[in-house]
Amino acid sequence: MPTVDLALASLRELNATLHRLSATTNETHWHILNPRGQHSIAAGVDASILVEVDGHVGYYCAGMNKRARVIVHGNAGQGVAENMMSGRVHVEGDASQAAGASGCGGLLVIDGNASARCGISMKGIDIVVKGSVGHLSAFMAQAGNLVVLGDAGDALGDSIYEAHLYVRGAVKSLGADCVEKPMRDDHKAELRNLLDTAGLNGSVDVGEFRRYGSARKLYHFHIDNVGSY
Amino acid sequence: MTAQDRWIHTPPRKSATFDDYAIAEIRRAAATGIYDIRGGGTKRKLPHFDDLVFLGASISRYPLEGYREKCSTDVTIGGRFAKKPIKLKIPVTIAGMSFGALSAQAKEALGRGASAVGTTTTTGDGGMTAEEREHSTLLVYQVLPSRYGTNPDDLRKADAIEVVVGQGAKPGGGGMLLGQKITKRVAEMRRLPEGIDQRSACRHPDWTGPDDLEIKIHELREITDWEKPVYVKVGASRPYYDTALAVKSGADAIVLDGMQGGTAATQDVFIENVGLPILSAIVPAVRALQELGMHRKVQLIVSGGIRNGADVAKCLALGADAVSIGTAALIALGDNDPHMEDEYRALGTTAGAYDDWHEGRDPAGITTQDPVLSARLDPIVGARKLAKYLSVMTLEAQTIARACGKSHLHNLEPEDLAALTIEAAAMARVPLAGTNWIPGADKL
Repeated sequence: MPTVDLALASLRELNATLHRLSATTNETHWHILNPRGQHSIAAGVDASILVEVDGHVGYYCAGMNKRARVIVHGNAGQGVAENMMSGRVHVEGDASQAAGASGCGGLLVIDGNASARCGISMKGIDIVVKGSVGHLSAFMAQAGNLVVLGDAGDALGDSIYEAHLYVRGAVKSLGADCVEKPMRDDHKAELRNLLDTAGLNGSVDVGEFRRYGSARKLYHFHIDNVGSY
Repeated sequence: MTAQDRWIHTPPRKSATFDDYAIAEIRRAAATGIYDIRGGGTKRKLPHFDDLVFLGASISRYPLEGYREKCSTDVTIGGRFAKKPIKLKIPVTIAGMSFGALSAQAKEALGRGASAVGTTTTTGDGGMTAEEREHSTLLVYQVLPSRYGTNPDDLRKADAIEVVVGQGAKPGGGGMLLGQKITKRVAEMRRLPEGIDQRSACRHPDWTGPDDLEIKIHELREITDWEKPVYVKVGASRPYYDTALAVKSGADAIVLDGMQGGTAATQDVFIENVGLPILSAIVPAVRALQELGMHRKVQLIVSGGIRNGADVAKCLALGADAVSIGTAALIALGDNDPHMEDEYRALGTTAGAYDDWHEGRDPAGITTQDPVLSARLDPIVGARKLAKYLSVMTLEAQTIARACGKSHLHNLEPEDLAALTIEAAAMARVPLAGTNWIPGADKL
């Protein structure tokens, strides 16, 4: 198992090495030591590898990730897994704001809490937060699923498009054009699958969640809906 | 009628404040309940490059032979950090315009035309299409607040990256693409429902200030292995501070867009009332670069209402490294051409005034997604026109530069200029013609 100690090697060396990996590489399990909050760790990886980071990471860890599985044994700074295309990113601690921002695919799991703007502009990513999320989460969320086992802050789902939001706890307020929607069986099945994929097989009752999504009033401008803004 | 009767009534007098246009807009707003949305840049009269003139050579200055002596036009962008800087043959680039706002044929024509003369085109709010990558030898990839179509593969395919903070037509505002143009392909690229009125975000999702921007640029460099120049584009509003902060954030180049710069669609009130004319924005940006020791190291690309080689030369004389054109490039392709006057009239407008680009009914096939209308634009013919226009702009700029004794367009300088109005003198910081007076020169 290749190990890169960021107390000895530079971030540039690490990322360049990960970017050079071929699709058929045998070096499929990487261990990164002493991240010490550095930014952009394992950003832009495009390989079916496992990257384990021992410690806290700064901004944009696993940014634009494709195919890789990244595990952060610690907390993550702003924009973890931003614009992720595929793969899986797992933060074992808390995540700062804009976790999974504009993500297009893959799965982001946060064991702790996520700060403001979790899932902002999401475009197909699935995000499971075992704790709570801050204000403006799922702002302008276009596609994908945000699952929150705890509470959600102010203005959840403001100006949302077609993303699905599932929250088990309290929602402080909903944003513009975001409404609660009925939990049908297909939604429960979708949620159950997301929880299973996140490693919560059978331990959480999907019946405890409420679903939120777009009222679709703002899809076309109409003067009668101007009060929704 | 007696002479006495003639003076009972005063002649009709229209208000200068409530002129015909203002009155019509009040009536339109009362009838529709929606603000006017249109494309293009500001249409109001503003201090502009026409208010500057070049002094030319004289006894104290030595000209170059207009047709023979070399006057170079090349520009390198991105030497500050990028392993692979962009090398332009001419200092005129094509501004960011999206597939979605423009037809695929228009994007292809822009790519082919720009490539023919050795300059860049730029993607837009919607991502990169395979066609534009294929037809653009040098392609700048925009990273916008919406992140529509953003992905690492296209990021790596690009020759440069442009982080868009704002644009001149609407500093502080997001993009807009109305339902008529959200076709199946556009919707899929942007991951939006087909046919909705799309309003893009006005701020980036994953950074919120200059300290964050520095880290964001660092991430983009890491993902692309520090190969590509990273531009930062801002609308002209606080050019001194924005330029300084972009430099601080690690930009290789700054794109500064004045309020004459076009947009695909935005509220008219926004276009006409927010931002600064480009004439007033260049000098503060150059001053910021000079104070930081970064002039000519971090390149300044300016845009907004640039029409000809004289405008190009004036921008460079004020300290810019290159310019960018959008509206003018579309005109070169055939936008607002009088030969389609009957069709413009059918749309309730006239050639030269058509700006309802958001409606997708452009008879020129440029600002539309309608397959029938789009097919009217032959990309090969359009590309030839654009290439010729870009060549003429460059030749015009060279003509002026030689007359000022310059062997490279970048050797033009403020000392070569005079202003025809007090406003232009104050904004461009060059003397009023026939005087040594620069209004406000003692107050930066």
